[in-house]
Amino acid sequence: MESVAEKVESGSSDDGEIHDSETLQFITFRVGEEEYGVDIMSVLEIKGWSETTRLPNSPEYMKGVINLRGVIVPIFDLRLRFSMGDTEVTKTHVVVIVSIEGRDVGILVDAVSDILTIYEHDIRPIPDVDESSRSEFLKGLVTVNERMVSLLDIEKLFHVGELENIEGIE
Amino acid sequence: MTDMDQFKRTYFEECGELLGDVESTLSEMRDAGATADGLNAVFRGVHTIKGGGGAFGFEDLVTFAHGYETLLDMLRDGRVDCTTEIVDLLLRANDIVAGLVGAAESGESLGEDYGADIKSKIEAAISGDAPSDAAASQVDVPQNASSADDGGIKTYIVEFIPNLDLLQNASEPLLLIRQLGSLGEIVSEVIADKVPSLDELNPEEVFLTWRFILKSDCSEEEIREVFEFVEDDCVLKISVDSEVVPEAAEDSEPEAVESTPAADVEPKVAQVKTAPPAGQAPTKAPAVSSMRVDLDKVDRMVNMVGELVITQAMIQEQLRNSTVEMSAELERGLEDLTHHTRELQESVMAIRAQPVKSVFARMPRLVRELSETLEKEVKIVTSGEDTEVDKTVVEQLGDPLMHMIRNSVDHGIEMPDDREAAGKPREGTVHLSAEHRSGRIVISIQDDGAGINRERVLGKAREKGLIGKNDVLSDEEIDNLIFHPGFSTAQTVSNVSGRGVGMDVVKQNIRNMGGRINIDNEPGQGTKFSLSLPLTLAVLDGMVIGVGEEIYILPLTNIIETLRPVEKDVNALVGCFDVLSIRGEYVPILYVRDVFGIKNAKQDITKSLVVLVETEDSKKIGLVVDEMLGQSQVVIKSLEANYQAIHGVSGATILGSGRVALILDVIGLSDLIGSQSDQKNLEKLVVTKSKSNDDIVAEDRTQVV
Repeated sequence: MESVAEKVESGSSDDGEIHDSETLQFITFRVGEEEYGVDIMSVLEIKGWSETTRLPNSPEYMKGVINLRGVIVPIFDLRLRFSMGDTEVTKTHVVVIVSIEGRDVGILVDAVSDILTIYEHDIRPIPDVDESSRSEFLKGLVTVNERMVSLLDIEKLFHVGELENIEGIE
Repeated sequence: MTDMDQFKRTYFEECGELLGDVESTLSEMRDAGATADGLNAVFRGVHTIKGGGGAFGFEDLVTFAHGYETLLDMLRDGRVDCTTEIVDLLLRANDIVAGLVGAAESGESLGEDYGADIKSKIEAAISGDAPSDAAASQVDVPQNASSADDGGIKTYIVEFIPNLDLLQNASEPLLLIRQLGSLGEIVSEVIADKVPSLDELNPEEVFLTWRFILKSDCSEEEIREVFEFVEDDCVLKISVDSEVVPEAAEDSEPEAVESTPAADVEPKVAQVKTAPPAGQAPTKAPAVSSMRVDLDKVDRMVNMVGELVITQAMIQEQLRNSTVEMSAELERGLEDLTHHTRELQESVMAIRAQPVKSVFARMPRLVRELSETLEKEVKIVTSGEDTEVDKTVVEQLGDPLMHMIRNSVDHGIEMPDDREAAGKPREGTVHLSAEHRSGRIVISIQDDGAGINRERVLGKAREKGLIGKNDVLSDEEIDNLIFHPGFSTAQTVSNVSGRGVGMDVVKQNIRNMGGRINIDNEPGQGTKFSLSLPLTLAVLDGMVIGVGEEIYILPLTNIIETLRPVEKDVNALVGCFDVLSIRGEYVPILYVRDVFGIKNAKQDITKSLVVLVETEDSKKIGLVVDEMLGQSQVVIKSLEANYQAIHGVSGATILGSGRVALILDVIGLSDLIGSQSDQKNLEKLVVTKSKSNDDIVAEDRTQVV
């Protein structure tokens, strides 16, 4: 498979479409062996893990809330959200604060890897057959340096409706 | 937002305030009789509203306000007697103005005949007595000349140099001149040398200045008073001239200025070319006693001070915990910081504090309208309207209060004939009062009506299936049924109240504000509702409690006492929950560790603490916690802003350590008990034990608070 990132950097193109396509930027991060990306425009800041205050009767992936300069921000464990097991948090873990529809929430990830610039048309759709429910929270897939990066649809992942449904999940 | 929108918004804000002031002045006059000051104040208010309305083209408002203003003017001059009927009429007229302002704000139409009856009454009042409106407006400027031959007459030279934007502030020079004319014999000159050519002329600006020679026995103060409103918009020079300077242009018609300034004034320009020396004799600036500040700015400040409080607590905690020994200076500095932060916070909260007057002032109108619709005779008496409370509380108070007043007038106060039959005055009274009581504001609404008919309430509740057929309820419980959703006892459903929404919504609103509501019902004598609300929704005095590794804040106002239970007092109720016997009462207890799923919490209840808390309806529950860590004032933060509401938690705060702690919601927690079992069983449980056990039980307890 060809590397999209390299293509963008070199500016070369064997595909006429590229010129009509917008470039998009994603911040990518690692959760276990997998790599995810979120739209850079929705990222407010990236900070180290700090102890949270657990909220009672919340789903397990809801790690609790932290004080972000006087604002109470909930932190979600992406690993747990995708049912990949609990994150054993250490000081090296990273929280990506994103803004979704006016709400600020934090996503707990293992490490932030890169900023990715890609063309919109390089985003591949999610294959129809997918065994996990994860796929509905993904915008698409891109390939960078022969690695697959799943682009998160954070609006869907932490949609207001989703937050409201949490009580039903417990 | 365009400038125009901005102006409009300011105008409507101002109207709200003015209407409130006028309302309260009129109400005072109704009780204590009319005063010249009062009438002047009312006139000024109405005039300002009319002026602004004219600037924005609210025709209906201007037309109505004009009649209203004319009547007021005649009252001021004593051409119409200020009787109680007239004051009542003025009050009603004020309501109409309020309605028209509201309609102008929302852009809706109230129909042609809105306020027509009041308008015709005003017209009748005007024409009934002295000269008609038309005659009044034709009064010539040098009208009072004949009466000017008394001793002590001075000749004043008054120079009135308006700023260019005088008209934009809705001030009308003609009215001022007329008023000045009423002080004595006046000769006016128009100085029009500053009028530009027609194509440069902006019709919204004033290029004319005036010079008056006034022969009068009035004081300089009185002359200044005429120009009181335009003080900031003009330069006013008043001097006393010993020698009479007569012959100048008379019959000037400044009223034409507004429409065609240049044309009408031209002929006189030649005659008076005394350019006023500029920059001299500035008018005395009024003492600034208040200022208008954008609310966002205040809110930002409140937030920042909140952060400061947290940071200060954090520094203090860090230093206390650090191994570094604190020098005396540092210790003192820290103390000062604590002191100053607290003071700063209090002053900032004081900025946001508002008297409840703004809400109370809306109620008389409501009562008048209601009593008219319902054909009842009701008066409202308010007291303590200067009691101050945080703006957020004031804002959220309006709706619940309105519902409750409506309820009192509709359901409480009887028809006049019924009242007479019951030996009461025909006119019912609703007393609305506010006062500060132990760090909270207590607002009560008391009527002298029929009170809550418990028989009927009970019957209705049975009929609607709200309670079982054979349930026995205490009087208090019956009274509280009116807060039940979907409950209404009105015999007929009126459009005033009685749609079954209202009291339950009221209760919900009050609850959301962390308040409590109480009913004091004396059948036949009346009902008194008391609301107890926190003074602010931004900070809260709380007890810091620990459960396992978690730290929670419990609002101090909810806490009755804290005790360490002994084993024999705690009994399990099979299939439900545990109860604790306290001085002969069984109180359900709730293990915070269980409902919140906290690990590592103490399991042995005799090593834990029970915090006895009171919910509304004076229901008590015991919360089982591990320890008490102290008392603290905390800044309330919303969980919902970025997440969602959590049952049993009313908000969050940030501790000195920088960590987030949740604030417990006692009412929500008591619901959690309720959900575990049948609510009715719970109520029956609070049975009183025999008195003899009391003393023994009390001895075994260690009281912490």
